[in-house]
Amino acid sequence: MQTELTVQEGANVQPEASPVLTNVSTRTQGRRKNPLLGTVRRFFQNKKAVVGASLITLFIVLAIIAPLLTHLSPNATSFLPLQAPSGAHPLGTTSLGQDVFSQFVFGTRETLSVAIIAGAGTTVLSMLVGMVSGYVGGLMDEVLQLVTNVFLIIPGLPLVIVLAAVLPKSGDFTMVMVIILTGWAWGARVLRAQIMAMRSLPYVESAKMGGESMFSIVFREIMPNMFSLIFANLLFSIIYAVLTESGLQFLGLGDLKAVNWGTMLYWADTEGALLSGAWWWFVPPGLAIALFGAGLALLNYAVDELTNPKLRSQSRRRRRLQRS
Amino acid sequence: MTLKYLVRKIVFYVVALWAAITLNFALPRMMPGNPMLVLVAKFKGQINPHALSSYAQLFGLDQHTSILTQYFQYIGQVFHGNLGYSFGLYPETVTQVLMQSLPWTLFLLGTSTVISFVIGTLLGIVSAWRRGSVLDSVAPTVFTLLGAFPYFWLALVALYFLAFRLRWFPIGHAYSDTVMGWSWANLPDILYHAILPALTIVVTSIGGWLLGMRNNMITTLSEEYVKVAKAKGLANTRVMLRYAARNAILPNITSFALSLGFILSGALLTEIVFSYPGLGYELFQAVGNEDYPMMQGALLLIAIGVLVANFLADLVYVRLDPRARRAQ
Repeated sequence: MQTELTVQEGANVQPEASPVLTNVSTRTQGRRKNPLLGTVRRFFQNKKAVVGASLITLFIVLAIIAPLLTHLSPNATSFLPLQAPSGAHPLGTTSLGQDVFSQFVFGTRETLSVAIIAGAGTTVLSMLVGMVSGYVGGLMDEVLQLVTNVFLIIPGLPLVIVLAAVLPKSGDFTMVMVIILTGWAWGARVLRAQIMAMRSLPYVESAKMGGESMFSIVFREIMPNMFSLIFANLLFSIIYAVLTESGLQFLGLGDLKAVNWGTMLYWADTEGALLSGAWWWFVPPGLAIALFGAGLALLNYAVDELTNPKLRSQSRRRRRLQRS
Repeated sequence: MTLKYLVRKIVFYVVALWAAITLNFALPRMMPGNPMLVLVAKFKGQINPHALSSYAQLFGLDQHTSILTQYFQYIGQVFHGNLGYSFGLYPETVTQVLMQSLPWTLFLLGTSTVISFVIGTLLGIVSAWRRGSVLDSVAPTVFTLLGAFPYFWLALVALYFLAFRLRWFPIGHAYSDTVMGWSWANLPDILYHAILPALTIVVTSIGGWLLGMRNNMITTLSEEYVKVAKAKGLANTRVMLRYAARNAILPNITSFALSLGFILSGALLTEIVFSYPGLGYELFQAVGNEDYPMMQGALLLIAIGVLVANFLADLVYVRLDPRARRAQ
């Protein structure tokens, strides 16, 4: 029993790593029983995963506890304009006399909620189209694939800009809709390819024999096995959403009265923050978008590495070799 | 078999083109209320009535014919290159303005995309070949981080430090005020203006090529034929480039085609930040002026540009990968 297990373990990874892995797996025999625990452990051993997850958690916590961090209103224009960071204003003030720190934490709230809702919506649409298209096949697949490819090829940002300019009011709802509409196609394509590869696997065949409905097979049998791909897709969609959202707001196509990272940058740029040297106004939102995006990207790579052993960096394996 | 593949592709691009035109036709109808009344009220006395009526005519907003008739009329007009008059720059037609800005976008984007693709792919090849080396750990991290920054933000910071503070580069525009547009004599001046925008595009987009190529290379390097080539004692560079990279590069070429859309989108922000007189800048100006015919014309032209580029990339792909010729 035990030898069989180790052979299986070795087969999953590259051959030269197998002696190490045999070692590891015998050592951790007791914990091997719960596969979830093993995944969690591997997750915390991955540097990218830990850094990525910490960055994302940081911003989410910031968004949740925003009112606890500052008692100043983000919209109040009652302070001295263009003050450098100080005790009273940790990130200084804008040229209109607003507190930048307060704008930043409340802006985090708004930016993150739009990004997460839009990202989740995008993923759901990708899943629906991609999985149905890949599983059903035939004419339905041809049509859905055509639609997907058309959406994939029509340039996103110009379309988003024109839509935002034409549509009645560019509030958060419009923003979410526009992001979903222009962002779903890539994910649908990836998920379709994966489900095509999975639909003839024995467990799917047996579910079919058992008379399960199509939706039940796709969403209850196959979907759990594609979790990592869907999760990666969600992360990617949230990155797309943050960048699109902030880009549009920076161009002045969002709700200019709202407080979020994009409009902060819009006002900073319009009011010449850089020219007057007010880096404390211009840097935080840009850096935040970058760090949040980098966090998501790192987590994405980590998921990739954890599920595809070929991509695991060799230096880490070497280190493990030395350790054992 | 190649023929069948080509026919499929052509059908796809025709459908995509049709979708883009249809979308354009639908846009003014997405405005709340009667678009014609909205436009008349909005621009009262501010734009030439002829421009407005040509827009209404083009999109059939003032006619009482069926929407289907209006639709076919519109498609006919588009194929004759008639996109109406610009609201903002009235005596000029949309087509005229767009044709002036198109070459600038092609020049700036074409050059920087090719540079980014070549450098990124080469770095990807080398970092996969020397896995765990300094290059392999530094380059992907640095470029991924740079790629995470919002492009417009990085571009503005670069503009501020390199152009405004250090005065190494001009602050925006494609050429100096003293020269008039494109000519061979102005080439140095034009190149000088293009360096900074091109640099920002290259620096932010290299990461994608690098990582993609690195991952493909790693997969290819574990193939038997690469091991055989190494075992035969072939020179390292020969195995790296002629055996591994040659096959690993194919998916990168597909993503090159697919990313053309994303690249054009990026160009939009580049052109806006650097006031570079290309299509994206024109589109953005049009949004600011509520110049609807111009907005829609620019969108349509960008869409057509992306379609043509993708089609060309597909043709190249068939030439390069014999499997694509045999498949389907």
